[in-house]
Amino acid sequence: MERPLTQHINFNRSSLNLKDYRSVGGYQAVEKALTTMAPQDITKMVQEADLKGRGGAGFSTGTKWSFVPMNTVGQTKYLIANADEMEPGTFKDRMLLEGNPHQLIEGMIVAAYAIQANISYVFLRWAYKKAAWLIKHAIDEAYAAGYLGKNILGSGYDLEMHLHTGIGRYMCGEETALLNALEGKRATPRTKPPFPQVSGLFGKPTIVNNVETLCNIPHIVNHGADWFKDLSPGSDAGTKIYGISGRVNKPGLWELPMGTTIRELLEEHAGGMKKGVSFRAVLPGGASTDFLVEEHLDVKMDYKSISAAGSRLGTGTMIVLDDQTCPVGFIHNLEHFFAQESCGWCTPCREGLPWTEKILLSIENGEGRMEDLELLEMHTKHLGPGNTFCALAPGAMEPLQSGLKYFRADFEKHIKEKKCPWR
Amino acid sequence: MLSTDEIRRIDHEIALVPVRKAASIEALKIVQHHRGWISDESLQAIAAHLGMSAEELDSVATFYNLIFRKPVGRNIILLCDSISCYVMGYEQIYAHLQALLHIKFGETTPDDRFTLLPNPCLGSCDHAPVLMINQDTYRNLTNEKLQEILKEYK
Repeated sequence: MERPLTQHINFNRSSLNLKDYRSVGGYQAVEKALTTMAPQDITKMVQEADLKGRGGAGFSTGTKWSFVPMNTVGQTKYLIANADEMEPGTFKDRMLLEGNPHQLIEGMIVAAYAIQANISYVFLRWAYKKAAWLIKHAIDEAYAAGYLGKNILGSGYDLEMHLHTGIGRYMCGEETALLNALEGKRATPRTKPPFPQVSGLFGKPTIVNNVETLCNIPHIVNHGADWFKDLSPGSDAGTKIYGISGRVNKPGLWELPMGTTIRELLEEHAGGMKKGVSFRAVLPGGASTDFLVEEHLDVKMDYKSISAAGSRLGTGTMIVLDDQTCPVGFIHNLEHFFAQESCGWCTPCREGLPWTEKILLSIENGEGRMEDLELLEMHTKHLGPGNTFCALAPGAMEPLQSGLKYFRADFEKHIKEKKCPWR
Repeated sequence: MLSTDEIRRIDHEIALVPVRKAASIEALKIVQHHRGWISDESLQAIAAHLGMSAEELDSVATFYNLIFRKPVGRNIILLCDSISCYVMGYEQIYAHLQALLHIKFGETTPDDRFTLLPNPCLGSCDHAPVLMINQDTYRNLTNEKLQEILKEYK
């Protein structure tokens, strides 16, 4: 089984430096792309490979690039790696950043060349201190080796790259809010259209891609679109970095073919549930995805199958809810996070999320009323898709709406017994 | 008043962006790095240097979790309170921290040794519960480990 993204990552030794990376074929994609391929051909290849964004939304990467205006000699354009990983329960990009920083840089150079951007940024989560040091060092190495800067490999193409570390706010992961943060403003989302591909950072055409998405680019350029599609037996192309946290025997991350089942991940890779606890549900793709339960264990973790089961692939890093953990407390914890991280820009999110948080806390503390469940149901509609400025509140409602469906009896028990049965 | 060193570093950031204001977050980080927190006086000095109003800069400073507009202790403890750490028992770690340091979230010990803050997901969910002290991340926390870890910070 091929594991292109993680094949050279080994945490028992130090991260790959430029020399290590080149010795395993690193920067061949930059050479191939910049010296033998036209920018549009790369975009077409990525489109044909059917690479979808690994940050959560799952939009076609090549299609996103194709919206950038081309034949624009002399116009400033930007390419940004979204490394602001902050979805609770998500820790996959950290591995890629710490394990093989040059792979990301190479992917960024090729992506920037494809859209003819001359300035690029790594927008990094502040908490990733080790990654910050490694990326900084890797950027310096890439400049020294002539992979960044003026006239890269004699191709006439120039690219600058900067590292920006954030100062903590979940909203920065939303691409238009990230642009505001990079401009030194509050990270509130922007109206779309115009889309960032046309008017992004400082009003210039901008592409923002997730770290895992960008790390796939060198491999697609080296091996082709068909090779990428063949990595997965299912309907979605490539591999995926899946992760599991919670009370399982071996929490961790694994690069596997797109479409691996939840059961295989849980039982084979994570070693099953810890002794004395049993499985109740899983958030398949981070905090802002709907719960899936026992009957969904054989569902494939790809965009289409997870959607058909009523959730989202999201980031592909799962959080397991076990029978020793209170589902009401679990959901309260999620809504506390979303209420705190709401940027306050639009009213339903700013007012609605703290309201759901308070209701959930009162139920958890044994002070809930049956009509509170209807209030919560109401919020899942009012804060749902189409009623808010960005995807934060609709995402926050996903675990709540599915939680009310699957754990109704637990909610009612809290209210009837006037206490949390788990405390 | 900003120090010569602060101005030099801020000007370096200004040179990288098309408008002065765009360096505001970097400027806040630089001054906080030197002074520990952002006082009203610091805020006004940075705003003047960037050519923006203090109010506008404050709207940026207060938006982000890690710009401190109040004094903090010498060491900052950030305890992850997000979902994986919830499942793996961060509440117990919090209770133990409170017992050891006699402070709650948002408070600083009277000797200014520690400030304790809750923090969203630190991205080490496979090793929950997790906390950071200053630049260091500690994983798979237990009450026993906690006591040893705290000793490292004076």
